[in-house]
Amino acid sequence: MSWETVIGLEVHAQLSTNTKLFSSASTKFGSEPNTQVDLVDLGLPGVLPVVNKDAFKKAIRFGLAIEADINQESTFDRKNYFYPDLPKGYQITQMTKPIVEGGSIDIDVDGDKKTINITRAHLEEDAGKSIHDAYPDKSVIDLNRAGTPLLEIVSEPEISSAKEAVSYMKALHQLVTFLDVCDGDMSQGSLRCDANVSIRKVGDAELGTRTEIKNINSFRFIEKAINFEIKRQIKVLESGEKVTQETRLYDSGRDETRPMRSKEFANDYRYFPDPDLLPVVISDDEMEEIRSTFPELPADKSRRYISEFQIDESEAEIISSSRELSNFFEVAVESKNDPKLAANLIVGEIGSLLNKDNIKIDESKLSSDNFNILLQRISDGTISKKIAKTILAEIWETGRNADEIINDQGLVQIQDESLLEEVITKVIESNTKQVEDYKNGKDKLFGFFVGQVMKETQGKANPKAVNDLLKKALNS
Amino acid sequence: MSIRFKTLAELKRLLENKDISSYELVNETFKNISSSKTNSFITLDEEVALNKARDFDEGKVDGDLAGIPIAQKDLFCTKNLRTTCGSKILENFIPPYDATVVDNLSAAGSICVGKTNMDEFAMGSSNETSYYGTVRNPWDLERVPGGSSGGSAAAVSEGLVCAATGTDTGGSIRQPAALCGITGIKPTYGRASRWGMIAFASSLDQAGAFARNAEDCALLLNHICSHDSKDSTSISDERENYLDNINNDLKGKKIGIIKEFDISSLNREVQDSFEQSKRIFEALGASFVEVSMPNIRLSVPTYYVVAPAECSSNLSRFDGVKYGYRAKDVDNLEELYVKSRSEGFGDEVKRRILIGTYVLSAGFYDAYYKKAQQSRRMIKNDFVDAFNEVDIIMSPSSPSSAFKIGSKTEDPIEMYLEDLFTISSNLAGVPAMSIPHGFCNGLPIGLQLIGNYLEESKILNFAHQYQKNSDWHFKTPDLGESS
Repeated sequence: MSWETVIGLEVHAQLSTNTKLFSSASTKFGSEPNTQVDLVDLGLPGVLPVVNKDAFKKAIRFGLAIEADINQESTFDRKNYFYPDLPKGYQITQMTKPIVEGGSIDIDVDGDKKTINITRAHLEEDAGKSIHDAYPDKSVIDLNRAGTPLLEIVSEPEISSAKEAVSYMKALHQLVTFLDVCDGDMSQGSLRCDANVSIRKVGDAELGTRTEIKNINSFRFIEKAINFEIKRQIKVLESGEKVTQETRLYDSGRDETRPMRSKEFANDYRYFPDPDLLPVVISDDEMEEIRSTFPELPADKSRRYISEFQIDESEAEIISSSRELSNFFEVAVESKNDPKLAANLIVGEIGSLLNKDNIKIDESKLSSDNFNILLQRISDGTISKKIAKTILAEIWETGRNADEIINDQGLVQIQDESLLEEVITKVIESNTKQVEDYKNGKDKLFGFFVGQVMKETQGKANPKAVNDLLKKALNS
Repeated sequence: MSIRFKTLAELKRLLENKDISSYELVNETFKNISSSKTNSFITLDEEVALNKARDFDEGKVDGDLAGIPIAQKDLFCTKNLRTTCGSKILENFIPPYDATVVDNLSAAGSICVGKTNMDEFAMGSSNETSYYGTVRNPWDLERVPGGSSGGSAAAVSEGLVCAATGTDTGGSIRQPAALCGITGIKPTYGRASRWGMIAFASSLDQAGAFARNAEDCALLLNHICSHDSKDSTSISDERENYLDNINNDLKGKKIGIIKEFDISSLNREVQDSFEQSKRIFEALGASFVEVSMPNIRLSVPTYYVVAPAECSSNLSRFDGVKYGYRAKDVDNLEELYVKSRSEGFGDEVKRRILIGTYVLSAGFYDAYYKKAQQSRRMIKNDFVDAFNEVDIIMSPSSPSSAFKIGSKTEDPIEMYLEDLFTISSNLAGVPAMSIPHGFCNGLPIGLQLIGNYLEESKILNFAHQYQKNSDWHFKTPDLGESS
């Protein structure tokens, strides 16, 4: 029997605002427990929420990017449930009238393009954290995260494999980071997803019973958790049993999903409009301001790089796919450096260094200023591109200034023709056999002579000068 | 010099003329409180109050209310001063911040002497649901002062303070003002900030004032009301000076009488007082028009869906985890919640949490909460229509005078009907006040004046003109030998 999978994702993106959704406390990650909490976040008696408009701006920016409808008047509701890290006993969320409705996201799975429709994206506040393993006999609570703004992005159930889910998540990740809506740091929980997975027989019109896998926080785990769940559900159905609708957790250690204890989720949240908050109205002027400050998205960037700077399509795509790389590239170009050279180094040498260390460019020791120096030294002939790679490797380790490295290690390119002629003469004299072959028509040997000259000069010879002088010497 | 029963304006004059010092005033206030039998206060702040009085006497403080002792309902958070909301669950709660209303009144120089008793979480019409004991009516210690702001009303009525704050969700200022024979006003919803007011029903709660007359209430509202960016439902229009229009002429003004309020079924004395009050206004040049408000009969049932629904959510934060009462000897989280809340809340609060939880439940939401929101809109529209025809609306404040302690506690519905006349203005969000206008069975009764949205000036004007032509507001209870 053949089965098909239906997946819908609910992604929580933590909005990169300075303050919380309803209070003026900071949203910074990693502070001492309970230090980023004000009266509102504590849920003290008598406190009231006041909406952070910046969160709305970011949500709207996301909505515009996916070509969704923006509700210029949206409302907040209370979702009631008891949990120790939920100080008010309810979460403020947007149930009935979310800020964003509709829209879609394009994904690409091994070259196959597909469009996933978005149901809605709504604003809500995050809860705090319960910590059960800090003390032997008690649980404690950290409310630093309580009240942090989240954008919950809900997809239609149009995703049909774990691979598609990962691709969707990657597309979403790229989008929210480019829009400066979310920092995209999945390990810190800035972007996490709940996956609704169900199975049905190919051709069935009705959806099968779904399970929800909660809080998956890496691309790899999304793929593994969904694949596990698909296999599990198929096994259940093939054995003649029924899938139970439930919430499950993915255990990455065992690579399996497990049902959550039923007490961990309440059934009736008793949603109702939050009487402390009036409908939030975004004026046409505010919408215009958001539109006018809309950042350039990857596809547009890539097109611009090709037309404006004539760089390779593949390089343009790689650079524009990452917000950090494109920023890095644009700074280099703005400083009057050769765009092609910059693109070439970023995609080539720097790209492989980044991959090796699995970091982002702004986490490396290579600063934009230092990269500028390096590019200028290549352009003005002080160093060769080959030497530049050696210097980059050194900067990668130490972060030292490129000029310093060039001076200290004597890497300045040899331009002096008489010096180069001396080396060339030496190379010709010690390789008489090859010279003869070359003269008899073995043109390919020219590269060998260039290599020998470079070897003699420890790579410092100016390649163009070597070419010219070698040709002259060999053809004489 | 006896300060008892002096008005705010009179005390201001005495202080200005240096006929009395603030220290003497505050000292005397605490003396009177200590001999009082009404149980009006839950917590006193004697040392701080006396220090503030000294500061005033040394010329360090000025402001509209400088040097005047007042009382705060124990529902307003007061920094470093215990705030219980009449509940065991907050028995040891000391807020780290001041409510905006508290802030405003101290900025005007007034001195808070303590926190007044109230029905638990403002749920009640008799003050019998307070964990800190029933408040007694100064006119008859066997009777209730009304509620929920019963402590504030009794304290002003007894002459312990000339002014006190209250809050009004369904009549919690007007009904006790009526039953204690004083003046009380609830402004337009959103006119006073709710920041620091412990929420009962957020869409209905509104802070207001008790005093001996309308003029003092106007002066108090000048400070209680403000726009507050910390409260999203706060009205941003600039606040009027409520004293400016208090002496306007009432000639040609129209007063609406609600057709659907059947006054003929009420006690004879209540009816007579109502007729007499009409004659006073007619003598001042106003005329009466009957207005039909067909949906007003839905007020009590609508209120008892909306208010419990909001309260069931608002009171979820009292869970024994962060502050307030926490049950001992619990084995798990579930038990911590159940025991802390079962032991910390009183019966009436539990009743309303249960009703509220029920009406918001999946499957019942549409039949109750959604329906109630619809009828609330219809009631609001009735007010809009009525105010197209009249300047203000007039009714009795409560069906009768103060009842005996314990006489209605077994019958919640009977108790809920105490708010029959007051609830609709909370649902519509319009300002309303109660002024003393006679007696029934020897106990004071009140006249309710309801104004259009943001027209508290107008009802204060009517009330002040009425009080210039009547003497009900001068009547004081006989306190016997105890004081």
